Amino acid sequence: MVKLQLRGDRRGGAGGFFHRGSTFMSYGFWRFARRLGGGRSPQGLREAPPPEVRRPRSRSMSALPRALSWAGGAALLGVVALVSMCLGKYPVSPKDILAFLAQSWFGASYFSNEQMSVLENVLWNIRLPRVLAAALIGSALSVSGAAYQAMFVNPLVSPSLLGVLGGASLGAAAGIVFLKSWYAVQLTTFAGGILAVGVAVGIARVYRVNSTIMLVLGGIISGALFTSMLELVKYVADPYNELPAITYWLMGNLSQPDRETTLRAAVPICLGIGALVFLGRHLNVLSMGDEEARALGVNAPRIRLAVIVCATVVSATTVVIAGSIGWIGLIIPHFTRMVAGPDNDRLLPAAAVIGAAYLIVVDDVCRLAFSFELPIGIVTSLVGIPCFAFVLRNARKGWS
Amino acid sequence: MALIEISHLSFGYRRAPVIEDLDLSIEGEGVTALLGPNGSGKTTLLKLLLGLLAPTAGRIRIGGDDIGDLTQKELACRLAYVPQVHKETFGYSVFDVVLMGRMPRTSFFARYGDADRGAAREALDKLSIAHLADRPYTEISGGERQMTLIARALAQGADIFVMDEPTNGLDYGNQLRLLDRIGRLAAEGYTFIYTTHHPDHALAVADRVVMMKDGRVVREGAPQAVLTTQGLAELYNLSDRLCTCFGAPSRTPLRAAL
Repeated sequence: MVKLQLRGDRRGGAGGFFHRGSTFMSYGFWRFARRLGGGRSPQGLREAPPPEVRRPRSRSMSALPRALSWAGGAALLGVVALVSMCLGKYPVSPKDILAFLAQSWFGASYFSNEQMSVLENVLWNIRLPRVLAAALIGSALSVSGAAYQAMFVNPLVSPSLLGVLGGASLGAAAGIVFLKSWYAVQLTTFAGGILAVGVAVGIARVYRVNSTIMLVLGGIISGALFTSMLELVKYVADPYNELPAITYWLMGNLSQPDRETTLRAAVPICLGIGALVFLGRHLNVLSMGDEEARALGVNAPRIRLAVIVCATVVSATTVVIAGSIGWIGLIIPHFTRMVAGPDNDRLLPAAAVIGAAYLIVVDDVCRLAFSFELPIGIVTSLVGIPCFAFVLRNARKGWS
Repeated sequence: MALIEISHLSFGYRRAPVIEDLDLSIEGEGVTALLGPNGSGKTTLLKLLLGLLAPTAGRIRIGGDDIGDLTQKELACRLAYVPQVHKETFGYSVFDVVLMGRMPRTSFFARYGDADRGAAREALDKLSIAHLADRPYTEISGGERQMTLIARALAQGADIFVMDEPTNGLDYGNQLRLLDRIGRLAAEGYTFIYTTHHPDHALAVADRVVMMKDGRVVREGAPQAVLTTQGLAELYNLSDRLCTCFGAPSRTPLRAAL
């Protein structure tokens, strides 16, 4: 995987891949469109304007379709969340939810007090935090993955590239072993993630030759360092209580977060996602290469740092909520690019919505598929790996 | 006042000087071709001009302003960089690539507005590539990509275009089309500065040729005056025999042939 990322960064290899791979769906689409449109224009340039100069009624949309896609995204997310709120051992219908809301906010009377307190517990204390956590984590990882992919000009990159997940895992393990308070574990998890990325960026800074390559290498070094320290902490952990807790944590699990944790985590995640989405058009320019970006008046190093800071804060916070959940940050941006195109101005918000909806659905599967609950990290990996293999197949086509 | 004035410019990586005490002034409008052997500092000079590198000594003035005093954004509004077409990137639509040219013209917190989209469309129309607008940039030909990058520079609203070996990697026909396009835009009042390894390209469209060697300007002047057999032989260390046998342009201006 690591080798792949590096190779993908170099010209030859990735060339063909980007050619078709990054948007292999749209590749097919363009071929189709070309056939419809009577074939490709002859190689090279045309001297005179072509007979029918179509106005570029670009996909680069005016305000209306943009509003429509926002509305569509919000509707999708709303429906998925509502359905998920209904799913579970205690039967609740969407109508019940509306009635519950009407009764608790407007004082209508549908349920007895007893029913109300049960509903309140099920919806308010159990299901909503969980759906909210899934949505936050899904969109956080998807958006930071998409941003990293744009920044490193490589569609095979994930948010853990700079070691944030490894660092946060170490932080969590160390917190569990040495501090033993839930609140302290959250803090060490967050701090571990930030620290690992800090080490990666620091290594890149020391050499400052080609900063993206150096960042990748710094990330590899820092990831390896923090993973081995994690092994060390696991080794010294008490094998009866602490070690299982660490292992369970590392699997990624959405049953842990209570409402307060989720709400507290929502603040940095939403801010970070907002900032990354805002930087979409800068990411476009950044993906053309540093020199070009600077010649277009964009301060490439500063934007890159901003992206790294936002993505790191956001990803580290997801580990605080639910441990490390892999593969979303790689697969969802990829899938979204097939749907929304590579323009980061659209890709990032779309990835946020799709990632959120995806993780809510996956969490439903984890809760309901068996009589016991599956750790969500395992399920996202099991789903993600075949997707990755599929993506690779297309990548290979380009490399040959 | 010269449009671009370079005085006592020096630059070096580590201890090896790349550009030494270079003086050059470009009066404005028209096409300037930078010619010189590999490693003569042409590309470095362009990068210094674009503010991508900071000179170790000397100064560059554009329209009277020292570029050290301009922000990268202000500089980008005056000077557009048209890179070589070799970068791999995502399959942004041609329109989106051209729209990137509006980056220095929009404030950090703004989004692209109708004016920006209009400018991008206008630039596409001007280069007659409006039909490519929705195509992915990665799937058009090399010549079309080069035109897209020029359109981006037009959308940028700069009046000085800096190009590093623009004909590199293009087939013969597209090379000529590109040179023709440069000539036509220059006639509209744009200033071009480009590096090239082809003296005939300089003859074809340049109004002025600057020959560089070892980080210095060795000759400059009108193409017909500078691009002589002797001049090229000296520039590239060629024996007279090699120079007259291969490649050296005849004295007939290529421009007539285009």
